[in-house]
Amino acid sequence: MSKTLIRGAKVLGGEAQDVLIDGDTIAQTGTGLSDEGAQVIEAEGQILLPGLVDLHTHLREPGREDSETVLTGTRAAASGGYTAVFAMANTFPVADTAGVVEQVYRLGKESGYCDVQPIGAVTVGLEGKKLAELGAMHESAAGVTVFSDDGKCVDDAVMMRRALEYVKAFGGVVAQHAQEPRLTEGAQMNEGVVSAELGLGGWPAVAEESIIARDVLLAEHVGSRVHICHLSTAGSVEIVRWAKSRGIDVTAEVTPHHLLLTDELVRSYNPVYKVNPPLRTERDVMALREALADGTIDIVATDHAPHPHEDKDCEWAAAAMGMVGLETALSVVQQTMVETGLLDWAGVADRMSFKPAQIGQAKGHGRPVSAGEPANLTLVDPAYRGEVDPAGFASRSRNTPYEGRELPGRVTHTFLRGRATLVDGKLA
Amino acid sequence: MMRHLISAADLTRDEAVLILDTAEEMARVADRPIKKLPALRGRTVCNLFFEDSTRTRISFEAAEKRLSADVINFAAKGSSVSKGESLKDTAQTLEAMGVDAVVIRHGASGAPYRLANSGWIDAPVINAGDGTHQHPTQALLDAFTMRRRLVGRDAGIGQDLAGRRITIVGDVLHSRVARSNVDLLHTLGAEVTLVAPPTLVPVGVETWPCEVSYDLDSTLTKSDAVMMLRVQRERMNAAFFPTEREYSRRYGLDGERMAKMPEHAIVMHPGPMVRGMEITAEVADSDRCTVIEQVANGVSIRMAVLYLLLGGNESDAPTTRTEEK
Repeated sequence: MSKTLIRGAKVLGGEAQDVLIDGDTIAQTGTGLSDEGAQVIEAEGQILLPGLVDLHTHLREPGREDSETVLTGTRAAASGGYTAVFAMANTFPVADTAGVVEQVYRLGKESGYCDVQPIGAVTVGLEGKKLAELGAMHESAAGVTVFSDDGKCVDDAVMMRRALEYVKAFGGVVAQHAQEPRLTEGAQMNEGVVSAELGLGGWPAVAEESIIARDVLLAEHVGSRVHICHLSTAGSVEIVRWAKSRGIDVTAEVTPHHLLLTDELVRSYNPVYKVNPPLRTERDVMALREALADGTIDIVATDHAPHPHEDKDCEWAAAAMGMVGLETALSVVQQTMVETGLLDWAGVADRMSFKPAQIGQAKGHGRPVSAGEPANLTLVDPAYRGEVDPAGFASRSRNTPYEGRELPGRVTHTFLRGRATLVDGKLA
Repeated sequence: MMRHLISAADLTRDEAVLILDTAEEMARVADRPIKKLPALRGRTVCNLFFEDSTRTRISFEAAEKRLSADVINFAAKGSSVSKGESLKDTAQTLEAMGVDAVVIRHGASGAPYRLANSGWIDAPVINAGDGTHQHPTQALLDAFTMRRRLVGRDAGIGQDLAGRRITIVGDVLHSRVARSNVDLLHTLGAEVTLVAPPTLVPVGVETWPCEVSYDLDSTLTKSDAVMMLRVQRERMNAAFFPTEREYSRRYGLDGERMAKMPEHAIVMHPGPMVRGMEITAEVADSDRCTVIEQVANGVSIRMAVLYLLLGGNESDAPTTRTEEK
């Protein structure tokens, strides 16, 4: 079995330690560990984190292999320090049967760059009319526990109620894309000062907040847990905070882009800034950061949404919504949360590994960096500064809002069960 | 002078006044037996219209022809656009054919901005109306009409609209005309009040340099010009207001309301009017209504914009006024 010694890294940002990987397991942690028979990585000044877990990734396969495949998407994940990703169900065909989720699961196994846990659709074809066979997807080889119609909201209150109740039988969770459809017809960007000037259809905060309010109350009523995808407004934060204070079993995620970017960027009419939910205001950004820091928002999830060039190289209204995020997520979190003093690296490990693994029940992921645990690890150089260059992305798509922007930090190594998937910033 | 004309908000006071003054000179061409200047001889202007608009397209075409430009009209219907060609490919195709300027009308807000700023083409871009964003030449022709009527044709030269009180009534939410006018009129020193039912005012309007009122009658008495916006009947079905009749009663301009306006005040409309909806026939056909003048002024304004953006030869400039007189 191969051994690797990571020497002198600050584990979760704490004291410098040596971490010895033996095979697929962390064999030993401590200081002055012997490097006998081991490949050594000198990691002084670097941060060692548990492998990151993304609860919200669009891998696009099957159906849109022109924008991403399971292979290219997991390579992007490894580049970004992820060891597990949850693949959203809005593929073509939709992942609403055991067959499709097993296909995605198998492709993930074959890729070898990170674990792929398929998410199952809540309703057949994401159409909100009929429950998909949730039990069959759970019992399939893919073992689905997270269900979401992401991209679309389960807006029918009865359908949502039933889904919340039904998945209790096998400990599943429904992840809601909170978007009241009638309030967002023709929506192109956040509704507010900027949309008024630009003449772009508004996506009001209340369209998200009203659904979240309804769903936390539904979850309370039927005694289920509910997860809120890509929470984006200050008002949503208040509702989730209130729900948690009542003891409602709700978890929530925020994307890196909602922690950094605002709707002011839309003034350029450049569709790289077009995303759903839309970029909001400075006030929202600040509220989201604070909520992630105080635990109201549980996790960071990328909503990595690859699109081919032509779907962004056009006028705003014709452009697709979404941005890639796997390869920049940690840097954005470092800039917005760590360098602002809102979160330490242990907090980052919690929001980007421990908690998402817990919510999605990703076995072997989000574990402590200690002896006997699976060696899913991410090594970060926090001192690095560099401009984002999409040409260097492992993702098949380049639709990043950060092109040319200087972001801090760089993932240098990623280990998936002891095997290096990323070495010195290069895919292995 | 700027390279493109995308938004009325991009114009400084002096640039706007220069366009209005140049338009006055262009207007004199229309009074000549031969309504033509050689200023853009040998230059090709493409009218790229992705949205149906006979009026605006014809107005631009008349302006281009009076400046002796070669004109290419491109309508999206029945073109390669209907076969899925992108805006980028369409624009690059046209530029490859040697187009010197592009006049674009597009249903998507921001499409002209993208065309001008994405590095797709080099030619100057003139926005002829984009979605619910901007329609700068409309705002310019409206300002031109106001200046002529409220300040005077000759007295207006070099002047702005400082202190004039302009009321814009109707579907502000969906109106690029309203947005452009608020920006330009503010730049020219006018005081703008928007009047509409609250459903037809955008969220976020509070940062606009204007007042907002839901009551038409109280603003009429304090208006030097009242601009009525077209209200599309389909808005009714989206619950913006209960019925056409209720809209007319509350926000339509009829003779009785017009009588409340100061004697010198004018009634404007960007056209096409929906008679019986936002404006009665009595008002539309009255002497105070400038609709037809606005159409004529539109040609002069568009000539001025094309002339200034494309930098017509000095020697080809409109002949001096003294000579004409």
